[in-house]
Amino acid sequence: MRNLYFYAVFLLFLVLTSTVTWADSSGKITGKTESLSDGADIYKHICQSCHMSYGKGAEGAGARFPALAKNPKLQSGEYVASVVLNGMGTMPWFAVTLNDQQVANVVNYIRTHFDNHYTNAIKPDTVMMMRPHLTEEYE
Amino acid sequence: MPKPHHSLPFTRRQLLTRIGALAGSVALYQAMTSMGHASGTDFTRPPSLHGAKKGTKILVLGAGLAGMLSAYELRKAGYDVQILEFQNRSGGRNISLRAGDTVTELGGATQKVLFAQGNYFNPGPWRIPYHHQGLLYYCRQFGIELEPFIEVNHNAWLHSSNTFGGKSVRYREFSADFYGFTAELLAKSINQHKLDDIVSEDENHYLIEAMKSWGALTPDLSYTKGNISSWRRGFERPQGGGLEGAPVPSDVLSRKDIMKSGLWDWMAFNQRIDMQTTLFQPVGGMDQIGKGFARQVKDLITLNCKVTAISQNEQGVTVTYNDMAHGGAVRQMQADYCVCTIPLSILSQLDVQVEDAMKAAILAVPYASSVKIGLEFKRRFWEEDEQIYGGISFTDQPISQISYPSHGYFRKGPAVLLGGYLFGTPAYDYVGMPPQERLERALEQGSVIHLQYQKEFSNGVSFAWSRTPWVMGCCSMWTEEARRTHYKTLCSIDKRIVLAGEHASYVGCWQEGAILSALDAITRLHKRIVGAA
Repeated sequence: MRNLYFYAVFLLFLVLTSTVTWADSSGKITGKTESLSDGADIYKHICQSCHMSYGKGAEGAGARFPALAKNPKLQSGEYVASVVLNGMGTMPWFAVTLNDQQVANVVNYIRTHFDNHYTNAIKPDTVMMMRPHLTEEYE
Repeated sequence: MPKPHHSLPFTRRQLLTRIGALAGSVALYQAMTSMGHASGTDFTRPPSLHGAKKGTKILVLGAGLAGMLSAYELRKAGYDVQILEFQNRSGGRNISLRAGDTVTELGGATQKVLFAQGNYFNPGPWRIPYHHQGLLYYCRQFGIELEPFIEVNHNAWLHSSNTFGGKSVRYREFSADFYGFTAELLAKSINQHKLDDIVSEDENHYLIEAMKSWGALTPDLSYTKGNISSWRRGFERPQGGGLEGAPVPSDVLSRKDIMKSGLWDWMAFNQRIDMQTTLFQPVGGMDQIGKGFARQVKDLITLNCKVTAISQNEQGVTVTYNDMAHGGAVRQMQADYCVCTIPLSILSQLDVQVEDAMKAAILAVPYASSVKIGLEFKRRFWEEDEQIYGGISFTDQPISQISYPSHGYFRKGPAVLLGGYLFGTPAYDYVGMPPQERLERALEQGSVIHLQYQKEFSNGVSFAWSRTPWVMGCCSMWTEEARRTHYKTLCSIDKRIVLAGEHASYVGCWQEGAILSALDAITRLHKRIVGAA
């Protein structure tokens, strides 16, 4: 129940856009992700860019991309899914890029790899319930 | 002495008022634009800051364009200014790569740049729209030479993997056919009275004439193979001299394929105000701007300072940093005020003493990921074999575009082009690859457009912005929602601290955003300090 309150509050802070064209980009080619279904593939082609291979994370100029390996915050699959859907801080949102099944697959992959051993998998239905409402402006 | 006139000539203001009264504000706007006002970004003139109390100390964090410009103007106003910079260079995201440079990414992958002497690659900003008047003003002020950047090249290629048999078509052919077929449909619909409900009879006439002219239609309103269309799309056999000089018209593409291809998106892209001619680039590489700015303030910059905390109280601001040139020794610097241009991707994880709302704003802006790939070839085959001088070819492959150098035309010897510019999902994908693999992919995809790629390739370098230690991202990604909630807070002065950079502007991801944000921030800070606001 406390989790539900958490999400309700969290949803208030959502960042919702997908196709906003940032200035000096071509803003057009957003790439094909439909073909990625396996959690490992999604991790490799998207998450790994910042969280690095094996979920090692990385450290830059006084800031870091958090390691996912042995990360106690992964205890709640819903929490991880909410971060994937909505982003957090510097991390962009993936609610538009990934469908419910893809979000569930990558979350379950991360929570069962990189020295994480959480066996309670999240289901696509649960992800669907958490999905932010996308305004037409950004869809 | 000029002779007095019988009637006084209009002053400029009177003229504008008259036009406004007569014809409404649209005409006024057009008249103002044509007389040189009201266009482009909101830069008008540099700030004129007076009355700084001598000895007031301002610490600037970050020696990118926003930081250096802030320092330049604040010192001019009479403040005692210093800049702390994390990198061992100034310029920030204004950067060019040349032979001998090394690129080291988060995770440790290291690339050596192997270009021939004199060649360069801009992994970050690379073009400046004519209406970015703030940046252009300071380029002129600081003696930074500019040259045209070619955005649109009608002889470059458009490529869609699933249409035209995967074959590239010339931008010129595609645009002529796309406009031509669209005009034909509209003109014929009108002619067949299919639009009578929405278009009046006298408008019909003008619309048909307009479509004929715009779309290169025949007198019977068709877009078809012949001299009229070939004057737009090019001839199969071009016009020559003498006996056999007669040109041969070219075939037009299939209308269905044109509509299906999606390539019209690139026409629309080039019509955005950001991409309209004239665009500029600095002669000799984008970093000439950073260097030009640095010439003005280099005595104020301390490099290799890794800021870890920013605190403030009634008396002033204290910045804590590691002096990386001295084994990371912890040091502190005090000032009366602070202009912080550290990217939010970094700042959001530092210990910053500001109001909660400001903290939330700093945390509210994700950073885009982007990869650029620079490829050096042994010769300018795009010029020598294909008559492509500058401009961009577009493709639906992950590399998205190939941009040919807008300088050094007709030179013999090696040249560098932009072999890929990735945003969004492909960027994540390519950031996650080893640099060598990025190059291989770029070569493979580029070969679809230019057969010469494999034979002429010499070397290359890729730049993954989210794995760049000093920025950990490309640039700010504001959403309208985040703007509504956080933007004004982010730009506000938090007691003694004000933020500046492209992230604190509506010209995000452009250098102009950094310039305008810095000018606005220091102007407000100055007013605050002298008690005028």
